Amino acid sequence: MKAVTWRGVNEIGVEDVPEPTILNDHDLILEVGLSATCGSDLHLLGGYIPAMRAGDVLGHEFMGTVVEVGRAVTKHRVGDRVVVVSFTSCGQCWYCRQGLWSLCDNGNPNPGITEALWGPSIGGCYGYSHAMGGWAGSHARYIRVPYADQGAFAIPDGVSDERALFASDAAPTGWTGAHQAGVQPGDVVAVWGSGGVGQMAARAAMLMGAERVVVIDRYDNRLDQARTYVGAETLDYEQTDVTAALREMTGGRGPDVCIEAVGMEAHSPGPQYAYDQLKQQLRLQTDRPTAVRDAIYACRKGGTVFTLGVFAGVVDTFPLGAVMNKALTLRGAQQHGHRYIPEILERMSRDEVVTEHLATHVMSLDDGPKGYRMFKEKEDGCVRAVFRPGG
Amino acid sequence: MTGTVVRAGSAAALAGGAVLLVRAARARAARGPVTGGWTGSGWLAVTVLREPAEIDTGRLPAPLAELGDRVEVRVRPAAGGKGSELAARLRDRPSPGSAPSRLVGRDPEADLRSALRRAKQVIEVGEVLAVDPAPHGRRTATPWGALLEAWTRAAPAGGVR
Repeated sequence: MKAVTWRGVNEIGVEDVPEPTILNDHDLILEVGLSATCGSDLHLLGGYIPAMRAGDVLGHEFMGTVVEVGRAVTKHRVGDRVVVVSFTSCGQCWYCRQGLWSLCDNGNPNPGITEALWGPSIGGCYGYSHAMGGWAGSHARYIRVPYADQGAFAIPDGVSDERALFASDAAPTGWTGAHQAGVQPGDVVAVWGSGGVGQMAARAAMLMGAERVVVIDRYDNRLDQARTYVGAETLDYEQTDVTAALREMTGGRGPDVCIEAVGMEAHSPGPQYAYDQLKQQLRLQTDRPTAVRDAIYACRKGGTVFTLGVFAGVVDTFPLGAVMNKALTLRGAQQHGHRYIPEILERMSRDEVVTEHLATHVMSLDDGPKGYRMFKEKEDGCVRAVFRPGG
Repeated sequence: MTGTVVRAGSAAALAGGAVLLVRAARARAARGPVTGGWTGSGWLAVTVLREPAEIDTGRLPAPLAELGDRVEVRVRPAAGGKGSELAARLRDRPSPGSAPSRLVGRDPEADLRSALRRAKQVIEVGEVLAVDPAPHGRRTATPWGALLEAWTRAAPAGGVR
């Protein structure tokens, strides 16, 4: 079958690869309908998460149709239209039962790699390196889904493929950020990053009762999406002193909750960007925490900062003094989507969550290299390149 | 078919992985010698979301049972309702390997570590999760790729303890 693969740093391929087969009783095989690029893929593409091998199939945000089920699968049948959460989680360990699904004890077959990096291992993720399990990704005609009863969710009839697709990763990641950050009715919430995850974090915060939600980015089209489809206020950090603006918008306090949805390749207009880039290129830090620093600085005393963007290793010049002296709560997580996707799909069916606007460029698998180039370089206002393996 | 997005800096970017691991190793080294003077009790443990009474040490899951008389096994309640601590140790009590050898699954307890993880899966899920064979394209022979492949093969048995 055809698949979009990682061939090397900044090199994407389209190759013929073997079709997946059922290996465990809890597996299903999915014919992929749509599969999205994600900002976190760019960290793989750029070599910032150096656990990819040439030939690895990319993609972790997807939906499609069930074509085969394992003997122990009870919730799904051949022909079902489902969306699949990007994390592989067993549903049976203590972490899954606590709703902390991305921390699953059993979902990563290669736990030694992430134990070396982080202490305990976490769950696995499709198409996201051998550190995260070595699972084949979804930019292919078919994909194997382990723990299918836990990770696949039936799509309501009234929800389109294009909308349901983002219930796989962007929306539940946003929900994870807003919920785990403890957004309360009346809060002012600031979100750094107006990509798919940032927009969904903003929408989640709004639906959780936030009184004011402000999204920060520099791309006009993305900020326009946040205003139009999410209903958030926006700030362009290249045109505005964001900290000052947030202070003014909150009566001098700063936001109650600051959600960082940017990740390890953050950009900023100030000199710290050059500093962070230099240190990252010299490998003196693995990740650029620019937006995290901004969020910590802007947050009100006693507020919460949530790191929702993907980070892999170590950062430099981290404002721990502000965290301690301002009595901040600092949290982070990969997505615990299993607990949020049913609610998200229900809200999608009521048009309370719309996502299809994120899929700005839909193309075939043959266009994999072009899609990643457009997504990386933000060509033609690309917010997400989405592949349709069926053509 | 292969498309190049931006090739510049690829070598430096790949080197970043090695640096990340070196930094992690340095951070551990800063906390003391590889074993820190710690010799350990020999017990390796996993926490299983089952009551202790539900784990019959006379009928262990296959991954542990296969180790036979080489290991002794104990079960204790886990704190805070987290289930049971399933622990096992080798009867001949080898010295724990160095931290780097444990992390890459090259220590004397590597097989036991892997068996405990698989036993936990059997108890909690009913089967051991398999990932291979996973579909993939052409594997290009590179030093980093070979290193990663070797680490991936060892990763099911590697760990902090």
